[in-house]
Amino acid sequence: MFERFHQYAAPLHFHRLSRKLSPWLFGLSAVLFVAGLVGGLVLAPADYQQGESFRIIYVHVPSAWLSMFCYMVMASAGAAGLIWKVKMGDIMARASAPLGASFTFLALATGSLWGKPMWGTWWVWDARLTSELILLFLYLGYIALQSAIEDRRAAARAGAVLAIVGVVNIPIIHYSVEWWSTLHQGATVTKFDKPSIDVSMLIPLLLMALAFQVFFFAALLVRARCEILEFEQHTAWVRDYLRGGRKV
Amino acid sequence: MKTFSEFLAMGGYASYVWSAYGLALIVLGWNALAPGRRERALERKLAARPERRSA
Repeated sequence: MFERFHQYAAPLHFHRLSRKLSPWLFGLSAVLFVAGLVGGLVLAPADYQQGESFRIIYVHVPSAWLSMFCYMVMASAGAAGLIWKVKMGDIMARASAPLGASFTFLALATGSLWGKPMWGTWWVWDARLTSELILLFLYLGYIALQSAIEDRRAAARAGAVLAIVGVVNIPIIHYSVEWWSTLHQGATVTKFDKPSIDVSMLIPLLLMALAFQVFFFAALLVRARCEILEFEQHTAWVRDYLRGGRKV
Repeated sequence: MKTFSEFLAMGGYASYVWSAYGLALIVLGWNALAPGRRERALERKLAARPERRSA
């Protein structure tokens, strides 16, 4: 088991596996998106308080969840690269940053579009919104750091330190609606309580969350392949791959 | 059963709801296409490197 894991921790094997896996994951996410959208936009009834505007939940909540999940992927991959010198850790951390930044942006923008009709304002400096904005800056800082440092190993180390320190922001985002009084509504789905949402609204939400998640992994695999090629460009296997192995 | 124009109107929230879904489409579309395009460009660039004897 550990042998197998170790094998896929090597860039060469990961690259091969990723080429097989990513088209299937994109396909699976497309199916989940269609199911989630039909459920969320057509089948789910309008909310008794928020009317039809609540349907923004189906893009807002999955992207917000993903923005935090992706950060944990980035920070733990970065930590693995920093502490155990796992090369795939550096690669995965670099590959996840642009994805995380774009989904954080989406969570903020769709939240703003939901806030305007419900709260009467595009933006408030409350705990949930501000900590999510800080998350965006952490991603952008990581990306800027990667492009500022020429040496890939050094860039990965510096980025990993930034990402690990920034993990402190994740529980702040998560608990912000409980710790401070904020305009943002509380959690709809929690691990311990029954969700405060009807099943006909909940199922599309879970489908959309799964669709975003699978999509994230698909895009992450492609980005990871790019990073692998750049990290390993002087190795013999990349040379062989580029010379003709690509067709396999 | 709702009519299609009622569906598009989203109970008066059309501009907010459809803007949110439009943005989601743009972000997902970019994330679906950009990495693949970068991969192809990178493979072309690396494949065009001059051969090195010592490797």
